[in-house]
Amino acid sequence: MTSKSGTARLIGVAALVTMLIGSFVGLFVVSPDRLQGDVQRLMYVHVPAAWLAFLAFFIVFLMSVLYLIQRDLKWDRVAHASAEIGVVFTVLTLALGSMWGKPTWGVWWTWDPRLTTTAIMLAIYVGYLAIRSFADDPDKRARWAAIVGIIGFANVPIVYLSVIWWRTLHQPPSSPRSVSPEILWTLLFNLLAFTLVYVYLMMRRIRLAKVEGELEQRVAYNG
Amino acid sequence: MELLRRSWAIVWKDLLIEARTKQAFNAMVFFAALVLFIFSFALGPDTQLLREVSGGLLWVGIAFTGILSLNRTYQSEETSGGIEGLRVYPGDPRAIFLGKLFGNIIVLLAVEAVLFPAAAVLFQIEMLPHAWELAGVALLGTIGFSIVGTFYAALTVNLRAREVMLPLLLFPALVPMLLGAVNATTLILVGDPMQDSDIWIRLLIAFDVIFFVISTWIFPIALEE
Repeated sequence: MTSKSGTARLIGVAALVTMLIGSFVGLFVVSPDRLQGDVQRLMYVHVPAAWLAFLAFFIVFLMSVLYLIQRDLKWDRVAHASAEIGVVFTVLTLALGSMWGKPTWGVWWTWDPRLTTTAIMLAIYVGYLAIRSFADDPDKRARWAAIVGIIGFANVPIVYLSVIWWRTLHQPPSSPRSVSPEILWTLLFNLLAFTLVYVYLMMRRIRLAKVEGELEQRVAYNG
Repeated sequence: MELLRRSWAIVWKDLLIEARTKQAFNAMVFFAALVLFIFSFALGPDTQLLREVSGGLLWVGIAFTGILSLNRTYQSEETSGGIEGLRVYPGDPRAIFLGKLFGNIIVLLAVEAVLFPAAAVLFQIEMLPHAWELAGVALLGTIGFSIVGTFYAALTVNLRAREVMLPLLLFPALVPMLLGAVNATTLILVGDPMQDSDIWIRLLIAFDVIFFVISTWIFPIALEE
């Protein structure tokens, strides 16, 4: 246990250091975008947050499938942790995107396919967390959550496609521009930093979930 | 065949209860009509505007009314432990899902049979020339709504806050189906020179097939005690 906790601490320190370097480089070292100016620097946190949100929900899907096959609560704890962190990253993605959208597009919100899908995805996983909080029995909770985790994830690409069709009948979706290597490397470094943050939070949250589970069991046992 | 026979037994039982008590159906029809009224009040008496958004209004009405119906799907089984009885019957538990699904589709289609003419009168829309296309879209949309709805209703029936949880889980999952149904309906009603409604109808069919396969496949897990 001490070694595990030690690894977590090490990853936490690595996450903090890479975050600091990544933010410093993104804010002060890389030259600003020719057209957008300093606003574009938001991309160095916005894009990694979005990628990590997707990764987190993919992990929820994988762990949900694993749980339903093996019925081992440890997969459920991983899925739960990943869903919570994914929701945090999704909110972060939407908030940062809005801050970027206001000066660039002139609006906080637009019905762009990626934006809309991200918002729906947030709703799906808030539902996932809500169904967990309303179920008392750990096995039932894990089973129901796993089902929602699987169906929710399967639905994300269908939602995305349908929103693209919905929008393309009115306006073309925004397309990514080609980026300079300098920008790309800063972005990749920030992605590494965010991934470390994700891994660190996961380790801590899974540990917490384990303790919560034990507490729940003892309370149930003692009446 | 055996599966269908068992499913039909459940459909028949539920419809018989409904026909004898008339608990839900009348209330649902009036509720659906009220939703149309409330939207008309919210948007103002501009008939042209109401006509343009009528597809959306109709499907919001159907979705809200459908939630009422879904919340009741397994309630008749819960109150006296009927679901235990159904569960211990030998054979495939998917028959329960299929039976409840058919039941929901039939009830919701019956509501729509009143709702669409009511909307035609309220919003002054010519629906009769497009009756077949509208019926097709309504059928596909209702099937999609009922598949996901019947499935999630089975998950939420045992929860403390099922009235809140069902729409919270269901509506995000229904986004593709709602977009498909609303756009197809609107295009049919306001004119569709480019045949754009085809893509929405195909989306509805794809949605129905994908979720029918996933739901029937996972349902036995959802039903476990």
